Amino acid sequence: MKAAKRLSLPAEQEAVTALPRARAGGLDGALRIALPIIVLGVGLAVWELVVRTKNIPPYVLPSPSLILQTFVNDWALLSRSLLVTLITTFEGFLLAAAGGVGLAVLFNQSRLVEYSLYPYAVILQVTPIVAVAPLLLIYLPQRAAVLACAWIVAFFPVLANTTLGLNSVDRNLADLFALYHASRAQMLWRLKLPSALPYILGGLRIAGGLSLIGAVVAEIAAGSAGAGSGLAYRIAESGYRLNIPRMFAALLLLSLAGIVIFYVLSLINYLALRRWHESALQAER
Amino acid sequence: MSSASASSTPLVALRGVSKTFPTGTHALAGLDLEVRAGEFLALLGPSGCGKSTALRIIAGLSEPTEGAVEWAATATSAGNENRIGFVFQEPTLMPWANVFNNVLLPLNLHGAPASQAAGRVDAVLGRVGLQQFGRAYPRELSGGMRMRVSIARALVTEPELLLMDEPFAALDEITRFKLNDDLLQMWQALRTTVVFVTHSVFESVYLSNRVVVMAARPGRVLTELAIDAPYPREQNFRTSSEYVAFCRQASAALAEAMAEGGAP
Repeated sequence: MKAAKRLSLPAEQEAVTALPRARAGGLDGALRIALPIIVLGVGLAVWELVVRTKNIPPYVLPSPSLILQTFVNDWALLSRSLLVTLITTFEGFLLAAAGGVGLAVLFNQSRLVEYSLYPYAVILQVTPIVAVAPLLLIYLPQRAAVLACAWIVAFFPVLANTTLGLNSVDRNLADLFALYHASRAQMLWRLKLPSALPYILGGLRIAGGLSLIGAVVAEIAAGSAGAGSGLAYRIAESGYRLNIPRMFAALLLLSLAGIVIFYVLSLINYLALRRWHESALQAER
Repeated sequence: MSSASASSTPLVALRGVSKTFPTGTHALAGLDLEVRAGEFLALLGPSGCGKSTALRIIAGLSEPTEGAVEWAATATSAGNENRIGFVFQEPTLMPWANVFNNVLLPLNLHGAPASQAAGRVDAVLGRVGLQQFGRAYPRELSGGMRMRVSIARALVTEPELLLMDEPFAALDEITRFKLNDDLLQMWQALRTTVVFVTHSVFESVYLSNRVVVMAARPGRVLTELAIDAPYPREQNFRTSSEYVAFCRQASAALAEAMAEGGAP
């Protein structure tokens, strides 16, 4: 209702509405946090109620309380698996960051390399990773295959964003560097890469979530058990054993991991840009 | 100091310079322009008359299609490494670097030793009145202050020739007048040569020894005016009858340039 009213105001009144909007900020902020929690609470309550009143067996649908209990009871097992998946994700992410930025810089320095390799980067991106994972598992040791999956999924947004950033250099600044006879290396390190930083960080924020997805897909495709089994493997394994509560608990952990990755990267993004880039300044106004 | 300080030896000269862009636009045709050592030269003209292009050619940022740029041989420097400072229309600062590092950039690119460079940056920031702002980021400064940083950066290499491309066009009048005065003071203290592109008659007359009026389509020199008023020029010069007379002459020349170049 409130939002609709705001939208209907003409643009000229922006300045006038700014004040009441700022005043409503406190209430707005509280609602922003409170509403999703209320929705979660209601959803969980209904879920619990339905499972209990209808006597649904846990192997069909476990109740939230049972999932929580499993979460606590299986914590030792789940946390070990979480660590395996997180390490894969982290390694895949680092490789994607290095590969994406590295390739973009290479493309930026040499047209020929760009023309030769860019189509293959696109092909890697558009081919569904679920279909590629089994092949990788044939040719690579399992650990390497899982890592390769995480990398393939995550590197493209870094590559695309970095390329965009390197090409978005202020032309006058480029002229200034030319005026002082900057070398190619100086152009790259002092002008192009700093200009591209906001874009690179944007790419990395996407890559963080994607490398988790890549790791999960590869673990599920890998399937076979092992001492170092990740969280996704736990989900698949629990599925075979009809241990549905554990499936949910593992899934919950995966979601939490994804959320933490996203916010950590957002925080890095904010800390790196807050002094100078428009995207990080909104909060101050 | 008077206008006599401008010697008659050209520091740099454009000889029959033409510039045709790949799009087919004739930005300049047979432009002859001498920049005398020590003078404050204003290039005045309607938009599209190629004054910015001429400035870029002097700076070496653009190659003439025909003609040549001749530099006076001086004992002090080989090549034009340290000879030119350039101030763009926008402040053109690196947003990710603070004021100190922005001004340090030209010295840094030339590999100047850090110990010596820091002192020079501090000195030039003092000259533009920003010694307190070394650690500030460009976005934390006003438009006028950003332009001061840009001027400090252009001056930090102690260039023989300072090229300015409508540097104050985007500023409000109060800030512009203040920067005009400060620029004149710096010019007199540093004894550098300035080529100042502007489309403001009042600014060109206030600042310069000599106003070169250019016409558009194709860009060329139409006429030039010597502004024989002594320096230092201050606020009272703006209201003097002498100033008004020069402005009238410059306006007439500009009107002629507009008529010659066709409607913009």
